[in-house]
Amino acid sequence: MQQVADALKRGKRARPLFDPPIVRRALIDSFAKLNPRTLAKNPVMFVVEVGAALTTVLLFQSIAAHRPGWGFDFQITLWLWFTVLFANFAEAMAEGRGKAQADSLRKAKTETFAKKLVNGKIEIVPASSLRKGDICLCEPNDLIPGDGEVIDGIASVDESVITGESAPVIRESGGDRSAVTGGTKVLSDWIKIQITSNPGETFLDRMIALVEGAQRQKTPNEIALNIMIAGLTLIFLLACVTLAPFAQYAVVSAGAGKVPGLVVLVALLVCLIPTTIGGLLSAIGIAGMDRVMQHNVLAMSGKAVEAAGDVNTLLLDKTGTITLGNRQAVAFLPAEGVTAEELADAAQFSSLADETPEGRSIVVLAKEKYGLRGREISALEAEFIPFSAQTRMSGVNMHGRAIRKGATESIKRYVLQSGGVFSQAVSEISDRISRDGGTPLAVAENGRALGVIHLKDVVKGGMRQRFDQMRTMGIRTVMITGDNPLTAAAIAREAGVDDFLAQATPRDKLDLIRREQASGRLVAMTGDGTNDAPALAQADVGVAMNTGTMAAKEAGNMVDLDSNPTKLIEVVAIGKQLLITRGALTTFSIANDVAKYFAIIPAMFTITYPPLAKLNIMRLHSPESAILAAVIFNALIIIALVPLALRGVKYRPLSAGALLRRNLLVYGLGGIIAPFPGIWVVDRVLGILHLA
Amino acid sequence: MTSNGWFQIAFFFVLIVASAKPLGSFIANVIEGRKTFLSPILGPLERLVYKLCGIDPAQEQRWTQYTAALLAFSAFSCILLYALQRLQGFLPFNPQHYGAGSVSPDLAFNTSASFGTNTNWQSYTPETTLSYLVQMAGLTVHNFLSAAAGLAIAIALVRGFARQSIKTIGNFWADLTRSTLYILMPMSLIAAIFLCSQGVIQNLHPYTVVTTLEGAKQIIAQGPVASQEAVKMLGTNGGGFFNANSAHPFENPTPLSNMFEMFLIFLIPGALTYTFGKMVRDTRQGWAMFAAMSLLWLAGVVTAYHYEQNGTPILARNGIAVQASATQPGGNMEGKETRFGIADSALFATVTTDASCGAVNSMHDSFTPLGGLVPLFNIQLGEVVFGGVGAGLYGMLMFAILAVFIAGLMVGRTPEYLGKKIEQKEVKMAMLSLLILAACILLFAGASSVIPFDKGSYWNPPGPATANLTNPGPHGFSEILYAYTSGTGNNGSAFGGLNPNTPWYNLTIGVVMLFGRFFMIIPLLAVAGSLADKKQVPVSAGTFPTHGPLFVALLTGVVIVVGALTYFPALSLGPLIEHLL
Repeated sequence: MQQVADALKRGKRARPLFDPPIVRRALIDSFAKLNPRTLAKNPVMFVVEVGAALTTVLLFQSIAAHRPGWGFDFQITLWLWFTVLFANFAEAMAEGRGKAQADSLRKAKTETFAKKLVNGKIEIVPASSLRKGDICLCEPNDLIPGDGEVIDGIASVDESVITGESAPVIRESGGDRSAVTGGTKVLSDWIKIQITSNPGETFLDRMIALVEGAQRQKTPNEIALNIMIAGLTLIFLLACVTLAPFAQYAVVSAGAGKVPGLVVLVALLVCLIPTTIGGLLSAIGIAGMDRVMQHNVLAMSGKAVEAAGDVNTLLLDKTGTITLGNRQAVAFLPAEGVTAEELADAAQFSSLADETPEGRSIVVLAKEKYGLRGREISALEAEFIPFSAQTRMSGVNMHGRAIRKGATESIKRYVLQSGGVFSQAVSEISDRISRDGGTPLAVAENGRALGVIHLKDVVKGGMRQRFDQMRTMGIRTVMITGDNPLTAAAIAREAGVDDFLAQATPRDKLDLIRREQASGRLVAMTGDGTNDAPALAQADVGVAMNTGTMAAKEAGNMVDLDSNPTKLIEVVAIGKQLLITRGALTTFSIANDVAKYFAIIPAMFTITYPPLAKLNIMRLHSPESAILAAVIFNALIIIALVPLALRGVKYRPLSAGALLRRNLLVYGLGGIIAPFPGIWVVDRVLGILHLA
Repeated sequence: MTSNGWFQIAFFFVLIVASAKPLGSFIANVIEGRKTFLSPILGPLERLVYKLCGIDPAQEQRWTQYTAALLAFSAFSCILLYALQRLQGFLPFNPQHYGAGSVSPDLAFNTSASFGTNTNWQSYTPETTLSYLVQMAGLTVHNFLSAAAGLAIAIALVRGFARQSIKTIGNFWADLTRSTLYILMPMSLIAAIFLCSQGVIQNLHPYTVVTTLEGAKQIIAQGPVASQEAVKMLGTNGGGFFNANSAHPFENPTPLSNMFEMFLIFLIPGALTYTFGKMVRDTRQGWAMFAAMSLLWLAGVVTAYHYEQNGTPILARNGIAVQASATQPGGNMEGKETRFGIADSALFATVTTDASCGAVNSMHDSFTPLGGLVPLFNIQLGEVVFGGVGAGLYGMLMFAILAVFIAGLMVGRTPEYLGKKIEQKEVKMAMLSLLILAACILLFAGASSVIPFDKGSYWNPPGPATANLTNPGPHGFSEILYAYTSGTGNNGSAFGGLNPNTPWYNLTIGVVMLFGRFFMIIPLLAVAGSLADKKQVPVSAGTFPTHGPLFVALLTGVVIVVGALTYFPALSLGPLIEHLL
């Protein structure tokens, strides 16, 4: 069910890649981003812009001097500007998706009024006047005026503005469901909340700032990659600048041709420098954050998303992540002389009034396995004995039947006290169940032990495959549980996790993280309670549940708005996808240069050294068209790869070796080969249109 | 291409493979201060050196201190060599009475930069310029020390990978002393004796004057050749005792001595890959380096051999037999010694430029265009194909860092090499060293192809700088490009055909040699310091494997692509067009 809901939500949230309003805004932004001060942050594209400006000046000179061949200069200049604009467009598209999300969030931030409690009296004040520590009352249809803790009451709250999930959630004082977010709406009942953040610092404010990219800082890997492509740009600058004296030597010694003009040298330079990755790098980063967002996870920084790709150890809470929330009955194991039906019947009776999930699962199992339908409670004239901490049993008294169920030790005491016989078999069955990681629940009727109900943690479907995938990706999964080591080991074995931490206290969790980090590993974890906060802060990737306490949300570097702990696995995949996309486009960009050399170098020196035409292996039809085709291809490839940059390279959970082999083949070898036909086609089109 | 030729090449390779492991582990033991079979003899000597110089070998240095020690040492020894050359007229062991007049200040600067940087570019004719004392106490000593320094730097970088969370990278003085004492000296001694057995001379006699059969008078140069020859090859120095270098019969008399000399060039660089693997506790990593280097070497030697053996279309048109036969070597024999033939000349040219040796047994200028492209391109790749003593390994590790950074992202993790995350600083330093190399080669070659000189200029005779060339056209351009490439790459071999003994060429080539050495080393030592300080990320299935064929292919590809992209325009106006013309 959860998966279906997730899928639905994703479908609702995911925008089409080229949403018309976003595209329109991005088109305008592409021009705004031509501002050299903005562009200077991107060394590669800045060089292109300077080159384009230079050729523009030269173009006007040519036109003013009525020099023939300015048409060629014009086309080069035009395409150089396009190159810059395409890169700007990519970035603007990535940002635009975030901005669109921010806009919808901002709508939730309309000015509201709060029912502030002052000395027990309600005062209506504007929400923006609330300060930390103020207490407010929220009743049905009230918008919660700010982030806060519920200090009294219980209410159902519509948080769809934050999570996109339309089903209401329960918020109550105490425990881990006490945090409320400003801008969400109370649907029923009432709560008193204590405000925990000042105006402008609320969760919603931070969220808007984040998705808008206002706080976007370059991540460490992005900076390193920028350094590398800037270095390559300088090397190619050297290669192109020194080509002028080399050409002069060649022209003098051959006595033919002329030194290539500045326009051609700029064209060569722009083709060689890694414009593909340079133009798409920041779009890739922003889109990565955006993808995390689409999974309803709020990453506080790009660095956290990047770190997710590097995670070596994943700490997963057992309950809710690996197993369904509660234990379920899976078998009725009768003592000798008792049939399974008898046991099931007694067990069902004893559980009819038991509203715990365990109790309900017993009723359901009896129905499914033995056709025992749930009976109408009121018709039975039965007296139900609720669970008490003293007896550690619950049960029912009716028509002379006294049925009890509880921990094996309690039932044994109960049976022996009432003078019955507690069969050895029941003890043995219980022990066996415990050993296998289950929970035995003994059932007795009228002082006779009938047998044992086997309660079991049920591992969610498909978890084993996911953990296997993790293993091939080189990620170790560790299950965290409060269970005893025996139970923990059994569940760990069944779920297929690599390791477990049993009877875990928050302190143990923190120590485990520190231990892993000391040996150089990166650790990711999820948590919701305040006592998780230290561990969340210590972990390299800490995903706090939105239902969790404010302390937990502050400590982590991501917040999962759906509060679905399994999501950590997706976050890791997105982090990896982000890095792979960067690597793939860098490799592709550099590999592309090979073909461009084969297009431009023969074209430059075809008059000086006619035999150099043999290097024109694409048989481009004229020198001008060859240079122009390379420049155009170089510009178009940026726009062609925008979808890939925004969507990310498809991530396959493979081992590093297999992944590398595949991607090297596609983006490395593919990058060398692809431009040859590409440039050839552009050259043909230019020929047909008589443009060169 | 003859079966004998292939056999020579294969035999050479077998020698290198076979010696890598034993010598590699020996070097690792020496450098980490463990006891070896030489300790009983050399241990007291080592301790004496430390005592005399006041060195505590256990005193570890941070990268900045290590670099400062190296720079101070190099500066001091270069100045000493400069003085020695200029003052040779007043010093002993000078039977030919050479004075300061034969060594101008710019030449002396060039030569001391050249030998101090393990380049051994020679703008002069040694046998008519330098006294025996300068050759022995100046050049030969530098041959040892510059090689030992290179080895020390490589070891320091490897320590960066091998250590974790430590701020220091070793002690330069200890590394230098151990490399010289345990590795270079004993091996040079044995090699020199072997070379003497083949006919290499070793004396302090004045030059011999003989009357030839035609009745002409001829001066035959003499000298302490074998002692310099051994370390010239072993330390990948390459500076010849004679102008003809290893083509001279007194330096390289027989095919056996030729094979032995080539073996000496690759001996330590090949073994260092194993040392590297051993020090990082995963010998597969070392063999991966070895494999990548072997592939690049093989590609070079096959290309050079192919084009030399097939000659040129012009040779064929002029009726010259290019086919090898029982009596004729065929192919392009111009500039090659008949006692070595085509295969061993092509192999020597490849090996000497793969490594930053620069010794030659044939005239590279006389190679066919594409045959000559091989040595030129080898140097432009950064001499990482086995490379110079130490220099090859640290150069290749720099490429490994880049390869891992470019492609390593594609496994979905921030790149790491040998458990060390490759981050901002490493990338910055690797790019910086690449950039300096490219800038030195391209900018100075560019300037020299166009710069003119006035009458009475100090720098050069009047006219264009290209007037120093003996060949016109693209071949002349190749000669200029080769000169700066050789200098920057610290190779020292000359294409020939260019008269470099003018202040312009002496000073500019001198400068690029210093830049090419030290602006490569300083960033690399910074990387070593940064790596040593990092934690080691444990290996998992998600780690980019750097020991398999895939990494070897990737590394080879990155070396070639980076080299080709940087130099393709220049090469297309030199050897490539010359081949097509």
